Amino acid sequence: MIPDPLSDTGHPQAEVIAGTSPGGTTGIVITPGERVADPWAEGRHPPAVGPWKLAARRLRRNYVAQAFLVLFLVIVVACLLAPFYASHIAHIGPNTNNVTGTINIGGKTTDVVSTDGVPIGPTFSSRYFFGADSNGRDLAVRLLYGGRTSLLIGGIGTVIIIAFGTLVGLLTGYFRGVTDMILRPLMELIWSFPVVILGVALGTALALGGIGPVKGNSLYIPAFIIGVVFIPYLGKPIRGEVLRLREMDFVEAARVQGMGSWRIMLSEILPNLASMITVFVPMMLAYAILLEAYLSFLGAGVQAPNASWGTLISDGISYIQTTPTFSLIPGAMLVLAVLSINVVGDGIRDALDPRAQIRVRT
Amino acid sequence: MARFIVRRMASAILLLFAVSIVVFAIFEVIPSYNPARAIAGRNATATTVAEVSHKFGFDKPVYVQYAKTMELIFTGQVIDYNDNLNVDSQFAQRFPVTVSLVVPAALIWLAGAVVLGSISALRVGGLADRGLMVAAILGVSIPVFLLAAVLLYAFAFKLPWFPNTGYVTLPDNPAQWAYHLFLPWISIAILSIGFYSRVLRSNLLDMVNEDFVRTARAKGLTRRQVFNRHVLRNSLMPIVTMFGLDFAVLLGGAALVTETVFNLPGIGQYEAQAIGNLDVPPILVGAMFTAFFVVLFSAISDIVYALLDPRVRLAG
Repeated sequence: MIPDPLSDTGHPQAEVIAGTSPGGTTGIVITPGERVADPWAEGRHPPAVGPWKLAARRLRRNYVAQAFLVLFLVIVVACLLAPFYASHIAHIGPNTNNVTGTINIGGKTTDVVSTDGVPIGPTFSSRYFFGADSNGRDLAVRLLYGGRTSLLIGGIGTVIIIAFGTLVGLLTGYFRGVTDMILRPLMELIWSFPVVILGVALGTALALGGIGPVKGNSLYIPAFIIGVVFIPYLGKPIRGEVLRLREMDFVEAARVQGMGSWRIMLSEILPNLASMITVFVPMMLAYAILLEAYLSFLGAGVQAPNASWGTLISDGISYIQTTPTFSLIPGAMLVLAVLSINVVGDGIRDALDPRAQIRVRT
Repeated sequence: MARFIVRRMASAILLLFAVSIVVFAIFEVIPSYNPARAIAGRNATATTVAEVSHKFGFDKPVYVQYAKTMELIFTGQVIDYNDNLNVDSQFAQRFPVTVSLVVPAALIWLAGAVVLGSISALRVGGLADRGLMVAAILGVSIPVFLLAAVLLYAFAFKLPWFPNTGYVTLPDNPAQWAYHLFLPWISIAILSIGFYSRVLRSNLLDMVNEDFVRTARAKGLTRRQVFNRHVLRNSLMPIVTMFGLDFAVLLGGAALVTETVFNLPGIGQYEAQAIGNLDVPPILVGAMFTAFFVVLFSAISDIVYALLDPRVRLAG
């Protein structure tokens, strides 16, 4: 007897054997009574795998992304160890001037900054490894401290973008009405400025006056600016997704059960935004670090005496003819950091959204 | 349709008005910043500061200052604090330089993106495709000013093939004009080519599976005809929208880092100098100028979309 395909287990239970039928035809014949291993039988289900686990599995096969993740972590650790490098290897702080000092390289004494104001180039020894700037400050030390600054600002900026972008997207998408009418024009307004121009305007103004108790040269100011200018870039796509989700049956079901708006947003909609937000985190981090570099390059970001990769490149460009390493080394660090974030981010996106892996039929 | 255009333009004008208020507010609501002190100089006495403050109207209420500033901007009388130059005429004078930088650069990157995107979509997984993937991700990881500095070092100092900086106007000498602007063009174009061709590639690959492509093949068009007439044309739409905005931003002065590195006397360089000197009026005018282009181009692209797609204008 051929079992009902819609039996109690809910799975087709065709009994299949391979071989030769009594009639002599070869092929697969269904013979009553002789059961073979049923892959769908009770207790033999393939292990249930959630989307996150699947993504992790895909990411584990992406060796390029892993290599760049390691590179990024190396850069982060190196920058975090900046104080150690400064005190134990270079023996000079990041903002310590040393215009009149001399150093001994291979038995020869050289001025850190020559009498006509030319700073020393890379020595590749413990002191002034990448040379000095015109104030006699150790560029290798400043490079590490600058990296710390850049990564810190990028990190804080990203936290602001993610937190407020998600909040604004949720509120405008879910409530529409008055909330949408107030918040959406604000997003449009920020969005209608190019990020660099708005960042520069805010940066210049805030560097002059600071905000409240925060001084003008505080590192939190560029972080705050970066957070603000990028909010619409996350808020708009989140809003679109929330608009889609709020019409779905599970949200309707929650509403019928009597859940309040806030609970629906937090426990029904937010979890469904998680993968989208995850994709945006590395992307926003990369953009935040780059924008910091742009602002600092233009003098509207990190203020002296603090260094960041952006200010170091900016300082070094005036020496591009004589000592290109002054701008190219911080430049290389910046590009490596941003590149590794982008490669890892691409890996995460591909892993979370397999549709993004383009399939071709020709 | 006319109603749609009117409505879209009205909201664009409203947005521009809001933009001007925001920019003005950025520089007004900041405590402990006194523009009069900035103009009067470091060693000015309190009386001088008060005089300057009165002369520029900083002692008036904020809305009066706003109205006055807007009046000055739109009647072409606003001057910068630093060199007492007329900001509007500076922008008018410098705009052609920015146009000569941005327009050819945009053409280079658009043409490059169409060619490279098509090649990599036609040969998925090939050498060009994989190279493009690397180029696209590098393109979004390198700041323009760094690429500009590297190009300047490599092709103007190390190998003196190109002049290091400077600008020659087009009517003066077209050959010198292009020769001086070649490196700046490349700096702007090269980073965008990767990203644009990547987007085009994925649009093309999505489009290949559409029904109308199968229909076109079925009615007997050759692969080349299908690609050129149907696939490519339809895939260009999203690119054009993206391009419109990026182009607007650059035209509005966002090329300021490129202009600074290559010492091109465009509006971006003027803005960058103003930022360095904390000189508010050029930044104010510059930000409004850029926002104007962005709002204008986004309104135009919406209208073009509505013309092409009736669903948009009926829903809007």
